[in-house]
Amino acid sequence: MSKGNFTRRNMLKSGAVTGAALAVPTIFTGRVWADAHTGFTNAPGDSSVTLGFNVPQTGAYADEGADELRAFQLAVKHLNGEGDGGMLNTFSSSALDGTGILGRRVEYVTGDTQTSSDAARSSARSMIERDGAIMISGGSSSGVAIAVQGLCQDAGVIFMAGLTHSNDTTGKDRRANGFRHFFNTEQSGRALAPILEAAYGTDRRAYHLTADYTWGWSQQRSMQTYTEDMGWETTNAVLTPVGAGDFSSYITPVANSGADLLILNHYGGDMVNSLTQAVQFGLRDLQVDGVNFEIVVPLYSELMARGAGSNIAGILGSQNWDWKIENERGDRYAGTNAFVQSFGQEYGFPPSQAAQTCYAQTMLYADAVSRGGSFNPCSVVEALEGFEFDGLGNGPTLYRADDHQCFKDVVVVRGKENPENEFDLVEIVDITSREDATYATDHPDFAGGDLGTCNPGA
Amino acid sequence: MLGLNGKDTRLFLIVVALVVFAPFILNPFPDGVGMAQFNAGYPDLMQKLVIFGIFAVGYNILFGLTGYLSFGHAAFLGVGSYAGVWMMKLLTMNVIPALIVSVIVAGLFSLLIGFVSLRRTGIYFSILTLAFAQMCYSLAYSVLTPVTGGETGLTLSLNDPRVIGATQAADGNIPAPHLFGLEMGSSFELALAGWNFTFNVGYYLCGFVMLVAFYLSVRLFRSPFGLMLRAIKSNQTRMSYTGLNPRPYALAAFVISGMYAGLAGGLMVAMDPLAGAERMLWTASGEVVLMTILGGAGTLIGPILGAGVIAYLESIISTIGSTVLHNWFAGLPEWLENTLVNIIYPFVGSGWHLTLGLVFMLVVIFLPGGIVEGGKRISGLFGRKTEGDTTVTGEAADTTTATKPGE
Amino acid sequence: MEAIILQVLNGLDKGSAYALIALGLTLIFGTLGVVNFAHGALFMMGAFVAVTVKRLLGTSYEVVDETRTDFLGNPMTIDTPYVVSWFGESVGNAMVDWAVPLSVLIAIPIMAVIGVAIERGLIKHFYKRPHADQILVTFGLAIVLQEIIKAFYGANPIPTPAPSAFTGSFDIGQLFGFDPFAIMYPYWRLVYFGFSAIIIAAVFAFLQFTTFGMVVRAGMADRETVGLLGIDIDRRFVIVFAIAAVVAGLAGVMYTPILSPNYHMGMDFLVLSFVVVVVGGMGSLGGAVLAGFLLGILQSFASMSAIIELVPGINQVIIYLVAVIVLLTRPRGLLGRKGVMED
Repeated sequence: MSKGNFTRRNMLKSGAVTGAALAVPTIFTGRVWADAHTGFTNAPGDSSVTLGFNVPQTGAYADEGADELRAFQLAVKHLNGEGDGGMLNTFSSSALDGTGILGRRVEYVTGDTQTSSDAARSSARSMIERDGAIMISGGSSSGVAIAVQGLCQDAGVIFMAGLTHSNDTTGKDRRANGFRHFFNTEQSGRALAPILEAAYGTDRRAYHLTADYTWGWSQQRSMQTYTEDMGWETTNAVLTPVGAGDFSSYITPVANSGADLLILNHYGGDMVNSLTQAVQFGLRDLQVDGVNFEIVVPLYSELMARGAGSNIAGILGSQNWDWKIENERGDRYAGTNAFVQSFGQEYGFPPSQAAQTCYAQTMLYADAVSRGGSFNPCSVVEALEGFEFDGLGNGPTLYRADDHQCFKDVVVVRGKENPENEFDLVEIVDITSREDATYATDHPDFAGGDLGTCNPGA
Repeated sequence: MLGLNGKDTRLFLIVVALVVFAPFILNPFPDGVGMAQFNAGYPDLMQKLVIFGIFAVGYNILFGLTGYLSFGHAAFLGVGSYAGVWMMKLLTMNVIPALIVSVIVAGLFSLLIGFVSLRRTGIYFSILTLAFAQMCYSLAYSVLTPVTGGETGLTLSLNDPRVIGATQAADGNIPAPHLFGLEMGSSFELALAGWNFTFNVGYYLCGFVMLVAFYLSVRLFRSPFGLMLRAIKSNQTRMSYTGLNPRPYALAAFVISGMYAGLAGGLMVAMDPLAGAERMLWTASGEVVLMTILGGAGTLIGPILGAGVIAYLESIISTIGSTVLHNWFAGLPEWLENTLVNIIYPFVGSGWHLTLGLVFMLVVIFLPGGIVEGGKRISGLFGRKTEGDTTVTGEAADTTTATKPGE
Repeated sequence: MEAIILQVLNGLDKGSAYALIALGLTLIFGTLGVVNFAHGALFMMGAFVAVTVKRLLGTSYEVVDETRTDFLGNPMTIDTPYVVSWFGESVGNAMVDWAVPLSVLIAIPIMAVIGVAIERGLIKHFYKRPHADQILVTFGLAIVLQEIIKAFYGANPIPTPAPSAFTGSFDIGQLFGFDPFAIMYPYWRLVYFGFSAIIIAAVFAFLQFTTFGMVVRAGMADRETVGLLGIDIDRRFVIVFAIAAVVAGLAGVMYTPILSPNYHMGMDFLVLSFVVVVVGGMGSLGGAVLAGFLLGILQSFASMSAIIELVPGINQVIIYLVAVIVLLTRPRGLLGRKGVMED
């Protein structure tokens, strides 16, 4: 196994067994990727290549991290030609054939992000420096994604973001070596607005409760923008501390505020608790001026739905993907069933959207390496930028070159009234097309960022 | 040597040797064997070990000597980190100004918090420091995001103004932290037979700073001022009767340990230019308390050992997944392999916290006084006199009257 | 006006939770002189007693239904809870529905046993050890307990709703002549408030009106003298610890409908309960209760949007800010005793 070296420009490699090492500065020249398997960080040997999967294994998102890890392991299996091949059979690009990546067997190492930017960077560094990982993927929060993306840029490896929904990941903090498959708050807002209008009309007074950190703010901003565009009024927006636990003092003012709709810009445990308590305080049974009071949760996830239990019944939100999408919406979403089938056979239950994103990201990386003919990060960046693909479960998708953000359809879901089991809690209400969910490259909420140039490291 | 007595000199030289030869000591297994999973000789972890060592050594000056249990020391580390990153954003990527400013800012900050908190003793003091640190964390995570980067942490960007030095490197990326041109990330690799040893610039800078910090703490322990601090721990009332006001001494110790924390924070961002708010969370403050107690509070080398054990467990045990386990036991019959994996699996990978909790319990139950005490007992079994440490005794308090600080 | 009354109610509700959690902690502090970092874990264990009871009541046998298929296209298995098949549809479902109140009865012996086991097995050996060692060992214990729960239940919050009889809200406002629907409060939160009041009163009565309680109080005030009187205070400690564990556990059980339990909820409450105890003053049970309500009410008012607009971020730090102000104006918290935990 080749050892990692975290050097940018002045790498010193030893001669050999003698111990008397000579300084050989390596200068990377030219853009001829193919057959150049040196001159970048952690260039793999001829037999195997190591990927680093950095997921939360402790803390509040440990279950989400476990599901991501399952998907990663499945992807590695399929890349190495084991199992039923999953999405390899439906992927529009045919560069992958189940013989590893560029003929090298795929191996992987794992780390624990602890959902903390410090810990995540530290474990990513250990995978890069010690284990020779050439790509880092995973994570389940935007703070972590942005922190690790910056690290990978400096280290000269590719970062394939897992679950991260803040605009900043591909906005203010975008990096050339980082790519995001998951959608963002802007796409959530665009996707939800028309469906909210159809469901609740154009004359609503919305009350926002917002988690007091970057993601919450950006989620609130996009919801406000698009609901106000269709005529809604924002009566109030209150910031809540992360991990507040008891949201009663934020919920009681809602009923008497004159608002007739509550938007919960919360994620994870905050969303579970605030939604549970909002229902407990009778907001779902409330009538304001003759209309039913409604609650909206802009970002849904299967695990949160499980935590909130029966309280999600009838509540709208957006998702990146849902495992039932191909059965219900046809073969535009090909790849979904192939993935659900192999995941279900392996683990006994359907995959979450976090799992699908992580699986797709691994496939996309492997494919980009194969198409570009090199593991060099700059070759991967070149292969992924502007890449149009299909068959990974989201329909036709574009990896936009300007910001490394994927553009694809967005699923709008509603909590089921009577779920049959704990893996089937939401129903697909509608799908907002990729065109409608796409925003301009110069969108102000994404301003101030700069991809910079790809960094191959060493 | 250097104003240390023979025993302390020996201890100091042992620590120097440990720091200098760490790349060899921490990589006992050749690459590619199953046990290589336990190798810790890579830059990130080696840096972490010594940085947390500095943090714990500084904390020990307050807690080990005076007995004041601060539960908010991570705030100083966090403030130092933020100050360091701001220096790199505004001034230069050279780490020296960042380190100096980290120490100064953390010192001022701890002066402020210490001045208020030290008006109380015991648990009341602990809760005051905890409250201040939690306030810092909450505000840094939310309201102060423009200054602290909030959830993401404070990072460098491609359009930082840097007065001395470049905004962008020649290849269009963010420049790396360096020491007069020597980049912290550069390493020298040595391949010997199957082994691979990494000598990292950043690590040796941290190591050098740690040795200086450790040397200063030894001198402080042995000084009249250190004696005063011990007097505070053993009997404040008696100290007051002799006409000495303990508070200035306690405050001085608080500020010194706050500066150590700031130094650790500054080094962290010098190695990896990001300062996250989680650094100030109460659990981070708790971690340094645990490091100090685990190693042996009030001993010289204890905090370094405690920090090493905890940082090592966190980094290494958390990366052992089920596939790694299966690789280890691949040679065994299948049923035995699966049994062993099932037994070990709950303690590694995502279960690394369990191992950590068990280590805490076992050490404190069977080795009262921490790892140093344990080491003494073991060497006591072999009938050798131990090196290194004097535990605090009551007579220290009796001799305080004769000495004045600054002698 | 209505808004203010509602926030007072929220504050009382929060306060009763804080007071209940802090009560056990201050008992252990004041009587045993032990800093117990596993107290949050005891609270969490209580919550998981409720989760477990709910699971056990929902234990099902599987019947394969050939007519329907699951998501992989295989025949579907239908789960039927045993209690439903034993007691019939209505009684069985009612038992599952009432899992949380049933758990209260089950939690008392379980938490008492856990408390005794921890005290005899671990805490007993730490009475004469420095506080630092107590912190290290109880913190280690807390982590181990947490990880055991995580291994069995995962990290995701587990919904544990109140019985359906308690869903909905009670119109308090109408009792006092306000408009209908102006002041509504959920039944379960009112139940929680009442429950806390009963438990707190019971603990006080036990200490105030029994000889055992008298000895414990005497021990809190002056342990040495009690020892000189020939009373074996150590033997009583195990009972005190068990009571504290039961109180923490019951607080956890009843809190599950308000907060879906997860394995690290104890850590989130640990710091808070320490702050409450210290603000109340060491060695004072009344102080802990008072501080719990004070912090609960102030926290509720700090969450009002008018206040947040006035002082951004105040809702983030209010608890700690109040703690600092109280401790700086009153050297030993609200009702603290001299000399307890001051060295």
